[in-house]
Amino acid sequence: MATTLKKTNVVIVGLGAAGGVACLPLAQAGIEVIGLDAGPRLSTRDMAPDELRLSRNAWPPGPQKTHMEAPTFRPNASATAVQGAHPMMNAVGGTSIHYWAQSWRLNPWDFKVRSETIRRYGASRVPKGSTVEDWPFDYDELESYYDKVEYAIGVSGKAGNLNGKKDERGNIFEAPRKREFPMPPLRSTGFSERMAAAAKSLGWHPAPGPAAIASKSFDGRAGCAYHGFCSGAGCHVNAKSSTAVTTIPKAEKTGKFTVVAEARVTKIEVDRNGRASGVTYVREGEEYFQPADVVLVAGYVYENVRLLLISTSTAYPRGLSNNHGQVGRHYFSHNQGAAVSARFPFDLNNWYGLPAQGVGVDNWADDNFDHSGLDFIGGGNMWVYTERRPIASVNGVAQWFGNRPLWGSAWKAFVKENADRTNGAYLQKTTLPYEDNYLDLDPGVKDPFGVPVVRITGEFKDNEKKIALFMHDKMEQWYRTAGAIDFRRAEVANAMGPTTHAYGGTRMGQNPETNVVNAWGFSHEVPNLGILGGSVMGTSGARNPTLTLQAIAWRTAEHLARNWKTVAQ
Amino acid sequence: MTYITRREMLGRLGALLGTLMGSASVPALPAAARARAQAAAAESFISLTPAEAETVRAVVSRLIPTDENGPGALEARADRYIDRGLAGALKASRAVYSTGLADLSARAQALKGGSFSRLPPSDQDAVLTSVQQTVFFNLIRAHTIQGMFGDPFYGGNANFVGWTLLGYPGPRTTVSADLQRMDRKPEPSNKSAYDYGMFSKGEV
Repeated sequence: MATTLKKTNVVIVGLGAAGGVACLPLAQAGIEVIGLDAGPRLSTRDMAPDELRLSRNAWPPGPQKTHMEAPTFRPNASATAVQGAHPMMNAVGGTSIHYWAQSWRLNPWDFKVRSETIRRYGASRVPKGSTVEDWPFDYDELESYYDKVEYAIGVSGKAGNLNGKKDERGNIFEAPRKREFPMPPLRSTGFSERMAAAAKSLGWHPAPGPAAIASKSFDGRAGCAYHGFCSGAGCHVNAKSSTAVTTIPKAEKTGKFTVVAEARVTKIEVDRNGRASGVTYVREGEEYFQPADVVLVAGYVYENVRLLLISTSTAYPRGLSNNHGQVGRHYFSHNQGAAVSARFPFDLNNWYGLPAQGVGVDNWADDNFDHSGLDFIGGGNMWVYTERRPIASVNGVAQWFGNRPLWGSAWKAFVKENADRTNGAYLQKTTLPYEDNYLDLDPGVKDPFGVPVVRITGEFKDNEKKIALFMHDKMEQWYRTAGAIDFRRAEVANAMGPTTHAYGGTRMGQNPETNVVNAWGFSHEVPNLGILGGSVMGTSGARNPTLTLQAIAWRTAEHLARNWKTVAQ
Repeated sequence: MTYITRREMLGRLGALLGTLMGSASVPALPAAARARAQAAAAESFISLTPAEAETVRAVVSRLIPTDENGPGALEARADRYIDRGLAGALKASRAVYSTGLADLSARAQALKGGSFSRLPPSDQDAVLTSVQQTVFFNLIRAHTIQGMFGDPFYGGNANFVGWTLLGYPGPRTTVSADLQRMDRKPEPSNKSAYDYGMFSKGEV
């Protein structure tokens, strides 16, 4: 029998990128908030620059709920689903602790893919089978929330479009912003300057990217140390603007926000009127019921969908907020694979640095170029960066060695010569939702507690594949211009497997027949249930989702604070 | 588990080197490397049996040989990294090692008529080539790379020989702009991540 705890105003399930920012505007409005996270609290002592520890599944420390419930995956409904790894982590701060921290805003086009495509190219150019809809609001509506998050957590960058005024020192393709970033961009490197010069010689517009990383001391935190253990690792000087060191401690200081770590939520409960009444969670083997006026679900896409689907009741027999059968629909994994890598005939000195420290080109992203003569819509952001670790460099060199055995003296000599001569570009490409790509509960695979895991059914369609091939050519051209001599193009895959950039499953939109949450992020069916995170996003754009889902989470939280009585009743 | 620091290890090695110089039984190795190898062999293994340890040492020395490009996996003490790991963070692999090493010994006998560690290098390579596609081979190859290029805290990459081979200048806690120039070769830090005293340690 669960122990019933004292009722609170709001309970947030998951304190990662989304839940970790939503707590702040609520607590600042005087609303009492309890935040639950399945993972532990970490400190800078847990952030050793140790490649072995980071790569041997020995990190992050503490209970990792995500690892116990990794989704299964199948490309289509006639294939057998197999379980893989889960790319996210559990901790107070969630994956904002070990993400790359690239913090782009979406392009205005991303909010209106359907209507803009029809307007510019005709209805036939919306990819067949896609369920893409315009967002319920446009970029201008989200601008102020982007701004609030950028200043609350600390995002570094250089504006390329300040109130419509273009500035070549920044990304001239970015959406107009009302004010400059709170901090200058992360510094350039010898390699990124070489790549920028090559892009300029092609007539492109290279620019540094926005990063949720302090480029100088900010709000009591140190600036970036550029030491090379940022990707998949936490920051040892708290320069990375994870919610664990920014908005969460700020919310705690109000006295209105309480964090409960290592609490694994098992069900969202409902009352007899079909309203959410709180959540049941397990902590150190004991079961608790936390009653609340409002429940905010803020896990990753797979966890949000799973928690709704397993929270069945008389009012919601197919899962919470799923009487329209939309939970799990409009799912997609970002088309961020199909990379291009290059080998140079000289050392690059790329041993230090971080993924967010680099140079990007947006000439071929979104609708920044005319698609009239092309057979796809959208495009990709090209990003090159520096961060090289020794074991990864040894393994990475393998693809350049041909079919020869990867051991012995010849291999050793090749590794020695090429360890610092290769580079892999990061290509993020427009991805759309489709009718037959979705999430549901796996009928066979369960977590250690006997509860089904999520099953992904999904594959990239023609539009995604054509973008990938188009970007391959552009990227190789860029590397060649910078002096590379050898190139590899990763396969354009069908598989839409588990990824760090997952979207949909509880999509946001005005129409309850095709969307789970309304324009404010609250359930169409359960008025006091809010949903935060990438699961509400209906398009991906060509960039990392985190800043956008944080801006939406902030907007949902602010809406709740302003309309407390209406929503909480 | 007792952890021997690099300094202690180097000290022990130095002492043993003095007494072992001159003895000869592994003709493929240059004298200094041979002496170091024998010194290491004189220390007890905590996970592998003596026979297994002998085979592992022979395997890692063929995977990343000592040659004109410098020290190999044996000088890096990748064998020690594996031995220690199999009692700790790599313990899930212990069974694969037992069967894989037994299989390797059997193949050495069948194909070349001798125990793996005593075969000449070309015969050892032939035996290894015959198991290249096995789970065991890929595991010991991955672990040898870890023991050569991982943090010395785990018992391998002794004297930073792996990082020196790559030109990796080692972990630092802060990196200046100058260290990211293309015309610069950063000086080696010659430090394990844990030499900085800022971090909690993981399982060895």
